[in-house]
Amino acid sequence: MSTPAEERPAGRPRTVVVPDLALVVLIGVSGSGKSTFARRHFRATQVVSSDSCRGLVADDENDQSATPAAFDLLHHIAGVRLRAGRLTVVDATNVKREDRASLVALAREHDVLPVAVVLDVPEGECLARNAARPDRDLPPEVVRRQRTDLRRGLRGLGREGFRKVHVLDGTEEVERAVVTYEKQYNDRREDTGPFDVVGDVHGCRAELEDLLGELGYELRRDEHGRPVDAEHPAGRRAVFVGDLVDRGPDSPGVLRLVMGMVAAGHALCVPGNHEAKLVRALRGRDVQVTHGLERTLAQLEGEDDGFRRRVEEFCHGLVSHYVLDGGALVVAHAGLKESLQGRSSARVRAFALYGDTTGETDEFGLPVRYPWAKEYRGRATVLYGHTPVPTPEWVNDTLCLDTGCVFGGRLTALRYPERELVSVAARETYYEPARPFLPEGEAAPATGTRRRDDVLDVEDVLGKRVVETRLAGRVTVREESAAAAIEVMSRFAVAPEQLLHLPPTMSPSATSTRPGLLEHPAEAFAYFRTEGVAEVVCQEKHMGSRAVALVRRDRSGALHTRTGRSFFGPGLTAAFLGRLGTAAEEAGLFEELDSEWLLLDAELLPWSVKAADLVRNQYATVGAAARTALPVAVAALEQAAARGLEVADVLDRQRRRVADAEAFTQGYRRYCWPTDGLGGVSFAPFQLLASAGATHADRPHAWHLALADRLAAADPGLVRGTRSLPVDVTDPTSEAAATAWWEDLTAAGGEGMVVKPAAGPTRGRGGVVQPGLKVRGREYLRLVYGPDYTEPRHLDRLRQRSLGRKRGLALREYALGVEGLERLARGEPLWRVHECVFAVLALESEPVDPRL
Amino acid sequence: MLVTLTTTHVPATDLGFLLHKNPARAQQVEVSTGTAHVFYPEADEHRCTAALLLEVDPVGLVRTARAGGDDGALAQYVNDRPYAASSLLAVALGKAFSSARRGVSRERPELVDVALPLEVHVPALSCRGGVEMAQRFFAPLGWRVDARAVPLDETLPDWGVSRYVDLRLGGDLRLADALNHLYVALPVLDDAKHYWVGSDEVEKLVRAGSGWLAGHPERDLITRRYLGHRTALTRRAIERLAEVDDADPETLDDAIAPPLAAAGGPRSPEGEDATDRPVPLAVQRHGAVLAALRSAGAQRVVDLGCGAGALLHALLAEPAFTEVLGVDVSARALEVAARRLRLDRLPERQRARIRLLQSGLTYTDVRLRGYDAAVLMEVVEHLDLDRLPALEHAVFGAAAPATVVVTTPNVEYNVRFEGLPAGTFRHRDHRFEWTRQQFADWVAAAGDRYGYTARLLGVGEEDPDVGTPTQMAVFTRGAATEVAA
Repeated sequence: MSTPAEERPAGRPRTVVVPDLALVVLIGVSGSGKSTFARRHFRATQVVSSDSCRGLVADDENDQSATPAAFDLLHHIAGVRLRAGRLTVVDATNVKREDRASLVALAREHDVLPVAVVLDVPEGECLARNAARPDRDLPPEVVRRQRTDLRRGLRGLGREGFRKVHVLDGTEEVERAVVTYEKQYNDRREDTGPFDVVGDVHGCRAELEDLLGELGYELRRDEHGRPVDAEHPAGRRAVFVGDLVDRGPDSPGVLRLVMGMVAAGHALCVPGNHEAKLVRALRGRDVQVTHGLERTLAQLEGEDDGFRRRVEEFCHGLVSHYVLDGGALVVAHAGLKESLQGRSSARVRAFALYGDTTGETDEFGLPVRYPWAKEYRGRATVLYGHTPVPTPEWVNDTLCLDTGCVFGGRLTALRYPERELVSVAARETYYEPARPFLPEGEAAPATGTRRRDDVLDVEDVLGKRVVETRLAGRVTVREESAAAAIEVMSRFAVAPEQLLHLPPTMSPSATSTRPGLLEHPAEAFAYFRTEGVAEVVCQEKHMGSRAVALVRRDRSGALHTRTGRSFFGPGLTAAFLGRLGTAAEEAGLFEELDSEWLLLDAELLPWSVKAADLVRNQYATVGAAARTALPVAVAALEQAAARGLEVADVLDRQRRRVADAEAFTQGYRRYCWPTDGLGGVSFAPFQLLASAGATHADRPHAWHLALADRLAAADPGLVRGTRSLPVDVTDPTSEAAATAWWEDLTAAGGEGMVVKPAAGPTRGRGGVVQPGLKVRGREYLRLVYGPDYTEPRHLDRLRQRSLGRKRGLALREYALGVEGLERLARGEPLWRVHECVFAVLALESEPVDPRL
Repeated sequence: MLVTLTTTHVPATDLGFLLHKNPARAQQVEVSTGTAHVFYPEADEHRCTAALLLEVDPVGLVRTARAGGDDGALAQYVNDRPYAASSLLAVALGKAFSSARRGVSRERPELVDVALPLEVHVPALSCRGGVEMAQRFFAPLGWRVDARAVPLDETLPDWGVSRYVDLRLGGDLRLADALNHLYVALPVLDDAKHYWVGSDEVEKLVRAGSGWLAGHPERDLITRRYLGHRTALTRRAIERLAEVDDADPETLDDAIAPPLAAAGGPRSPEGEDATDRPVPLAVQRHGAVLAALRSAGAQRVVDLGCGAGALLHALLAEPAFTEVLGVDVSARALEVAARRLRLDRLPERQRARIRLLQSGLTYTDVRLRGYDAAVLMEVVEHLDLDRLPALEHAVFGAAAPATVVVTTPNVEYNVRFEGLPAGTFRHRDHRFEWTRQQFADWVAAAGDRYGYTARLLGVGEEDPDVGTPTQMAVFTRGAATEVAA
């Protein structure tokens, strides 16, 4: 491993090769120049030194009594860095075997390679350097003892577990050494494909030929007609997930083809457990010749020694797993959890070959496999085989491609990055599985993926969280907000797989200063103009409740509120989804959008459906009190005035209050009507949030509204359209027309309108602009600010409202909402979608003026 | 909000002298919530009416909303306080007529102790308990009561009546008494106060109630409501009233109704399982759960859905349980549990045995792994049925303790609970309640899916027809394979 200096040409610097993720352990006595070496070759932040740790825990770098605490700290820092995948250099004497052993253990614990760099500098030199340092008072015998320890351990470093050992001999070699990095074998991030990832072949050579043909590869054969290579005309490459051999009819044939492809650069291959066992068998180790190995060995009998030797070398040389495509793709035989990806250790190899097992065996005597994929939260797609499944199913962005070809199933490949499955049927059942692979009497199911309802973990939602969004960058959710949201989510919301979106809150327009008004369209138009948005669209608000409907073609789905509660019980929900699904079918939407489901943003009317208690306990109650008390007060004051008392002012005010109370009562009555089942219920969609593979956020609002109109035409009894008006905010005429439209709407008792950028998500001066501003009508606002809010003395004070928090919240929730929908459209795992949905709910618990 | 007070005593205008307010002028009194106007719609020899109109500043009310208000209702602009007669009007009344309330009149001292013919009109009296409650308050005090319920919305008769009563009273009473009756009645009938109820409220009540409250048949209710349901203050007020009226405090104290604290299940701060009350079913449930845990030899136990921690208390009392973890989805429930268990005052060794943790049971949680036993006591029925598979996976699949104890109501038994209308569940948050067969089916299916065997037990007295009120299952992991092997 190391080369004595004198054997190399003088003057050439020693090269110290270090894997780019490693724990580098410097070894040398005091004064050997470790810190200088570390400073010269590594970034200061990569180096953890025992001296500085001593300083941190004891205010004195030379306080030997602080050594145990200092090493605790050193191990902790190194551990945190390694967990994060950062190269770490330990600057301590490390001359004792036990000190090194704990560092080797630390490296293994984090599945990185331990590397030893020994600075073997003559004793005299070290003593001289120590003497020159005023801060260090080290007796010479200490250095001598360290050197004895060092010498004793030098030979055994490899056996101690160091995967690379560099011994720098003498001052000059230390001085002149050069450190270079090498990639790990599993690191092929620069390789971006495209790939065709092939599941477990198990000696099914004929099916492999079929599959490669199906994938578009051209086979090359040797003089005996045996395939020895396959090349894709477009330069695609195959990636084999291992278990090429055993059980099937022609393992040597499969090996010959795959080895040829790998050698020609047309394929990559990771080892399976069957290759690992084959290597041991070929090397004459004592292995149980079972599970189909007997067939492979028998088949190899028919091959020559050279082939057998090449098979042994090939299988032995396979790298446990590959990290591909910039880290976005990981291929390993039995899969690989995130903490082990791109790492190197015996544990990584064991996981990659055998998967996660619980240590128990099932009723068929096979190891019980732990469903690591259900808990997988990594960012890389993981493709694997190992456990035969009837149909590949995406689970948290992982996919098992072993469809049991050798057991009479299919041989399957996934096109990456297209994510298309391609498979061929087994020509026959070559081997009977120990555990039923297909339900009895069933043929292998056709290809097709179905998403499984993934399991959610509290770590997906609890605690302080930062969600990366495309629109607004990092959005932070406070721990208290998450704690509040989990209760609502767990107890009241519909199931997460039905809860794909929660609508963001919306800010009102800036406060108007016009007499008698709190909100007016002018401020909304001015906002968008200032943000550089010319085209906006005004949409009427129906004064219903905000609703999100998920309707699937099979009429399943959900209809829920802003906080995820179902509007109706199961029976009425089913009736609703039946009607809505039928309307969508008749309008041809499923077909046109090529989707089995639609997610709609809407209002559900009447308001009293959701808010019956609120209307009765708050609105009607206030109206009743006002309409009972005020006329009596007016009558009493009129009597007093008739007596000549000075009550004109207060009488005038009470008369106005009578009118206000009447207007208030009319206000809430407009939004309440009795419903019977779905009778009287109205659904007003205004945006198609998502359908299979698409969010439609960038479509113009006119497109969404036209779609809503088609639904309304299909079932006018249930669905109603939303009136809208396009406005050019740089054109005063257009603006005036829109203002008049709003005035008409609100004068007729309408709630008001929402002004949105016509083009969908739009960037303005400081990032994304508000996706919509509501401009509420004067009468509607009585239900928000109280019956008498229009009194000038009240209105003046109410105008002092601060919109900043609300605006910020609206944008963050909007960014989360869009992010969640985009993740949904990309087919990301449920937890990734749920993270966004949950975050919106959590943000809603932040203290913001509820009247805005 | 308005109250008028009329007398037909001759000369009626003496009312002005008694109220210290001149009938010939309209007057204003500033109070913290707005302006009170006192004026006389009529004032002649035979009939004189004083009106007190409190003009509340609705915006000011919201912007300065204080603690102790009516469940945050004051934080809403849409609020009945500017219209209804409530504690706001009582405060104005107290301030505008303070001398009259004390029975002081410089000009007409001879009238102070005379019962005068009086009429009172409160057009929108906020009255919890409605017309009947108004009767119960005023009739024993010698008033003729004419109370009419105000409809919630006359155009929507289905909605029924509002919480307001149009109240007219008549009778011959001392004016000071009449004012004090109103002063106490307004907040009591409303059953809310717009300000923090402090200990000085006891003194106010004792003063205002002097001479009539101690002997009032609804004294306890009035006292409790006036003092904002603060039990300690209520007790003190009763004692003080006894002193004032020279009665024996012991006899009065005996009459106090038992505290309102729920006698039902310990997980029921708001009266869950009210049907349990006659039999301490909750206690039996604890016993059965503890027995199951003991029989399983469990040492490290997690109580899933621990609520306010009643079972944790029992677990902690038993040293055999070396580690106790309480889990609930509600952070508030965990705070209550921490307080009730006095976690901050437990000795170190005891404290080390228990932990509380917020988690949702439809999410897997690695922190729940590795326990000997998990308890789901009266928890599953609080989840929608379609969420049960997620709970099953989180508990049996992910946390996977050796033993799982589940209890849930037996819906068949509900017919034995008097006062529980047919077809209703025992608690309004129950999403379902199972028959014995339904529970058995679920237990078998969940056990099958996750490799547990289970035995079923009843908790509570067994009825020959409908079984026990609570049903329980004890799941044991992997027992089947052991038996088979």
